[in-house]
Amino acid sequence: MEITVTVNGTEHTHDVEPRTLLVQYIREHVGLTGTNIGCDTSSCGACSIHLNGEAVKSCTVLAVQADGQEVRTIEGMADADGTLHPMQQAFMENHGLQCGYCTPGMVMAATSLLEENPNPTEDDVRLGLEGNLCRCTGYHNIVKSVLAAASANA
Amino acid sequence: MTVTDDSTTRVLGTRLLRKEDPALLTGESVFTNDMKIPGALYMAVLRSPYAHARITSIDTSAAAALPGVRAVYTGADLADTWAAPMPCAWPVTEDMLNPPHHPLAVDKVHYVGDGVAVVIAENDTVAHDAIDLIDVQYDPLEAVTDLEDALSDRVVVHEDLGTNSSYTWNLLVEEEDGAVQRAFDDAAYTVSERYVQQRLIPMAMEPRAVAAVPQPFGGDVTLYTATQIPHVLKVMASVTLGIPEHQLRVVAPAVGGGFGAKLDVYAEELLCLALAQRHGVPVRWNETRSENSVATIQGRGQIQHVELAADADGKLTAVRVRLTADMGGYLQLITPGIPILGAFLYAGVYDLPKAYDFSCTGVFTTLTPTDAYRGAGRPEATYAIERSMDALAREMGVDPLELRRRNFIATEKYPYEAFTGLVYDSGDHDKAATIAADLVDYDGFRARQAEQNVDGATKRLGIGLSSYFEMCGLAPSRVLASLAYSAGGWEAATVRVLPTSKVQVVTGTSPHGQGHETAWSMIVADKLGIDPADVDVLHSDTAIAPLGMDTYGSRSLPVGGVAVGMACDKVVDKAKQIAAHQLEASVDDLEFSGGVFRVAGSPDTEVPLAAIAFAAFTAHDLPDGLEPNLEAQVTYDPPNFSWPFGTHMCTVEVDTETGEIDVLQYVAVDDCGVQVNPNIVEGQVHGGVVQGMAQALYEGAHYDTDGNLQTSTLADYLMPAASDVPAITIGTSVTPSPTNSLGVKGVGEAGTIGSASTVINAVVDALAGLGVTDITMPASPNTVWDAISAARSS
Repeated sequence: MEITVTVNGTEHTHDVEPRTLLVQYIREHVGLTGTNIGCDTSSCGACSIHLNGEAVKSCTVLAVQADGQEVRTIEGMADADGTLHPMQQAFMENHGLQCGYCTPGMVMAATSLLEENPNPTEDDVRLGLEGNLCRCTGYHNIVKSVLAAASANA
Repeated sequence: MTVTDDSTTRVLGTRLLRKEDPALLTGESVFTNDMKIPGALYMAVLRSPYAHARITSIDTSAAAALPGVRAVYTGADLADTWAAPMPCAWPVTEDMLNPPHHPLAVDKVHYVGDGVAVVIAENDTVAHDAIDLIDVQYDPLEAVTDLEDALSDRVVVHEDLGTNSSYTWNLLVEEEDGAVQRAFDDAAYTVSERYVQQRLIPMAMEPRAVAAVPQPFGGDVTLYTATQIPHVLKVMASVTLGIPEHQLRVVAPAVGGGFGAKLDVYAEELLCLALAQRHGVPVRWNETRSENSVATIQGRGQIQHVELAADADGKLTAVRVRLTADMGGYLQLITPGIPILGAFLYAGVYDLPKAYDFSCTGVFTTLTPTDAYRGAGRPEATYAIERSMDALAREMGVDPLELRRRNFIATEKYPYEAFTGLVYDSGDHDKAATIAADLVDYDGFRARQAEQNVDGATKRLGIGLSSYFEMCGLAPSRVLASLAYSAGGWEAATVRVLPTSKVQVVTGTSPHGQGHETAWSMIVADKLGIDPADVDVLHSDTAIAPLGMDTYGSRSLPVGGVAVGMACDKVVDKAKQIAAHQLEASVDDLEFSGGVFRVAGSPDTEVPLAAIAFAAFTAHDLPDGLEPNLEAQVTYDPPNFSWPFGTHMCTVEVDTETGEIDVLQYVAVDDCGVQVNPNIVEGQVHGGVVQGMAQALYEGAHYDTDGNLQTSTLADYLMPAASDVPAITIGTSVTPSPTNSLGVKGVGEAGTIGSASTVINAVVDALAGLGVTDITMPASPNTVWDAISAARSS
């Protein structure tokens, strides 16, 4: 099936098998590998991206469902001049990542969380990120990063 | 090179932001499965659905006929490919039994997930479609899933061995014969405890991934793999496959966490190499998460019997330990040694006389092999001694913190020669415990607990603590030799000042989240008086960093980081000779600070390291006999382990009607000596604490009696999310190590070593008034509720 998806502002048209997952499409067809795959049960959130502005796990969406839609991945977060998105910056400043494998998904989920709730409590952040797993940080500095990004926005 | 005053160039100890982060935060980092490799074939592995079975036939014809499939191989097809079996580098006893282990099973499978056949195809999807078309007929045998059942040899997993016991390793230390038994006979108090360390699935967020890329001519081959150990792997893979070692290059690209599970030599690495060579094209494999749960090693898996003897004051007089350790279906790289790493820690941080009796039997089961998992033997040991100390405190009716204080090795006794003969480098256990107690308001909490835990109370408060050592920094090579480990414990570093005075560091450590690029830059920055941004750290590629022993066992800083510092010192020594030559001064009269050499007593006579670097490069005017260029290499074999220590405390509220546990506060005081970067130290502790807490409260690889893993996905395996765990309060204590010039110790495993026992001690403490003396891990609401019910009915 031929689909056209706008990824980080650029239109892409590809012929894909109907069973192709959006995450496979992004990684293998569009060639953007910042979006990671950490599981096969939609549990870990490593593949979180924005679909029409909202965070989704891109393994729960078929590529064909994204036909005509807008996708934003981690590669679309920083400015063209390399200036990090405020959420990326907050993760950097608060040591919110270690191995970095969950990080793209975490950043995408966290920005979406703040769109919905610009002033979250610590508990709001913990609950809001419960679909994104991290093995390195114990979440402490991820939560700190998101709260810092929220207060930088305020 | 920026040369500024010493006071502004002091980088060590600051919270410098990590160099690694921008690439990781923007998706620029390349993990193994991100690599674009033109022409690569994809491998998929057909795995046994049976824990224990004979393979009676395999029909690969339908798979081979699927369009896009290049080849299908069974274990028998590849039997001649292997020059040696898969390696076990830790034969802990001379008579240890180690069954042959090859990348694919041939006649018999020994766990669910054991590889049976492989497909290589033009893409991953076709490869996976094809393995479903392979028809394997099995003759199922009885599974062996229980350790005590395994010990009975009712069903022998490897018939040729005649028994399931791989080895029994003993450590008996007695001042004179019979000292342990006499201590127990004479003891005022004894406790005898049995604990189960459930199997855990390491669950690094990045599953494993492998790509073997052969050169078209000449036989060279490069293995890209998500590993912690590119150097060890290179040696082992060359032996196993018969590839001349100089023709094999191993690269660990960005690696998404390891936790010990990527400290191994895996079948898929060897298969990709073998098939890439056979077909002359790149062959790659990406592990799925469900595969990862069965095909990557698991951790823990022990039954512990621990007995303590104490005098009337509660001072320990003897410790006796009997372990049964689950090896799984085969011995992986260091499987048998994992429980032995704990053998030296069953007396914890306590002043035990020479009265120690330890024995461990490693047994085969028909489950996924076990191996190193964060802490590797030491969390298990700490759990056993710290739970037992609480049991002793209950037995005596004394406060558990007070009991520990009576037993702590006194600070003035350091360096302290322990009962095992190992020398603990430095420690201040009372200080760490006091900091933790203050942060958690220990006395205040005890008072609130007494008020709240009255008869009939359904929400009960508990406080738990654990004081521990993290024996780490693996390791002095001679000590490893005495433990029959097949390699040394040194680490290599090269520091190279380039002509324009930027610095390259080549390290043999192989980071996968620990921030070595940042931390090593900080060490170099202070040593050479330069900006850490001017330092580039090269690692994880055996062509660039040919010497190394990699990253595990909290070794990278106390061995590899120290080597980097020593290489800087050597660079300065060489530069000093050139500076003396230029300044027409004696080497002995030169001082070096802030990146500048000065003649003592003549402060205006100076030359910066940058000028020396350029002079060393041009070599126009060097002292006679001195080689050009400014570079030094060090291979450092540490004289001792490093001994980080600390105390964790945790408060909980347990709902006796639902069995739910609410962790109210978690305090960690980890003294890892001098801190290079407190952000990184605290990050390691946060993550480690949650991993131990996960063992205590949530995680367990649960098998049915047929040996099927019931928790093989992240939907079934309860790895905690942010909402399942609390914030962690960190208390700081810094007791420098006298072992190395930086005063540093390791920190990677400390959080995990201290936390499982802390949490369970808190839960048992909350329920002690109801007669509960034990909670098995993971302490699910169901388990807690059952324990309360059992205590009430007895």
